[in-house]
Amino acid sequence: MKPIKIRGTEDTPDVILDATKGLIEFSGRSLPEDVLSFYAPVLRWLEDYIKSPNSRSEVIFKLDYFNTASSKIILDILIYFEHLSNEGKDVIVKWFYHKDDEDMADAGVEYFEIVNIPYEMHSY
Amino acid sequence: MKKFDYKELVYSFHKEMLGNNFTLVYEGEITHQITKAFTSLAENKMDSYSEDTNMKKKVFHVMVECLQNLSKHAEDVKILKNKGYAGNGIFIIGRVGPDNEDYHILTGNVIDNSSVPELEAFLDNINNLDRDGLKELYKKQMREGTLSEKGGAGLGLIDIARKTGEKLDYSFIKIDEKKSFYTLRTKISRK
Repeated sequence: MKPIKIRGTEDTPDVILDATKGLIEFSGRSLPEDVLSFYAPVLRWLEDYIKSPNSRSEVIFKLDYFNTASSKIILDILIYFEHLSNEGKDVIVKWFYHKDDEDMADAGVEYFEIVNIPYEMHSY
Repeated sequence: MKKFDYKELVYSFHKEMLGNNFTLVYEGEITHQITKAFTSLAENKMDSYSEDTNMKKKVFHVMVECLQNLSKHAEDVKILKNKGYAGNGIFIIGRVGPDNEDYHILTGNVIDNSSVPELEAFLDNINNLDRDGLKELYKKQMREGTLSEKGGAGLGLIDIARKTGEKLDYSFIKIDEKKSFYTLRTKISRK
């Protein structure tokens, strides 16, 4: 599987999807003009990835802002990895939040109330 | 016919804006470009007087959701060449409170009368919920809702209520048998 690297802009996040490393990372801001078309290639990649995943998957979210439309996509992404984890695969989600950003920390906690997946919270 | 007096009009707009403490008033097409321009304008302005980080985040958040609602839900939304959306509406940001320490964001757009009951029920439902209720509604909507083709998740208004901790102050003004004008005022208070 070819890795995908998308450079972030003021309204779209940095994205790294690397199957050989088992690394899936989103950082920066997410409020794309068209959420569906921005994330479509990401979701297609993930669909393929979960069919033949790395022995360990590390999923990193290090966002400083995301809009509500993106919040729905983030849940969809987490659900892919919940499936992997349910199949007994080694998955860890790392949720980063700025130390002053309570809302971002709360958002992470809420996701992990919905999806059943091993996770770590990290402030920076 | 009376001659169009632009001087009076400009001066009266100027007085209205200052008198109401409006820092930005815009009427017209709301696009993603406009959303980016207004939010960065507001961020720069807030940086200029070293606004508290949390207030800045809240204002930014509410602005994005309000502007995206206008660009996607106004009755005359059109699809742009670059696949984006544009809706018409009015967007105002101003300062309120005894020492102008709070912000309010006002929006207005035309909607079909047929959409009023559903939107009103949705707004009332949000206003009747407490913090935990809103959290549960948000989670439920994220889980069960689907993204519309315009990329709307039905989460914006719930999120605004959660982020501000205030009731959504809305109204519907009937224009005619087909259309109404929908207004929403969101207050962002320093708590």
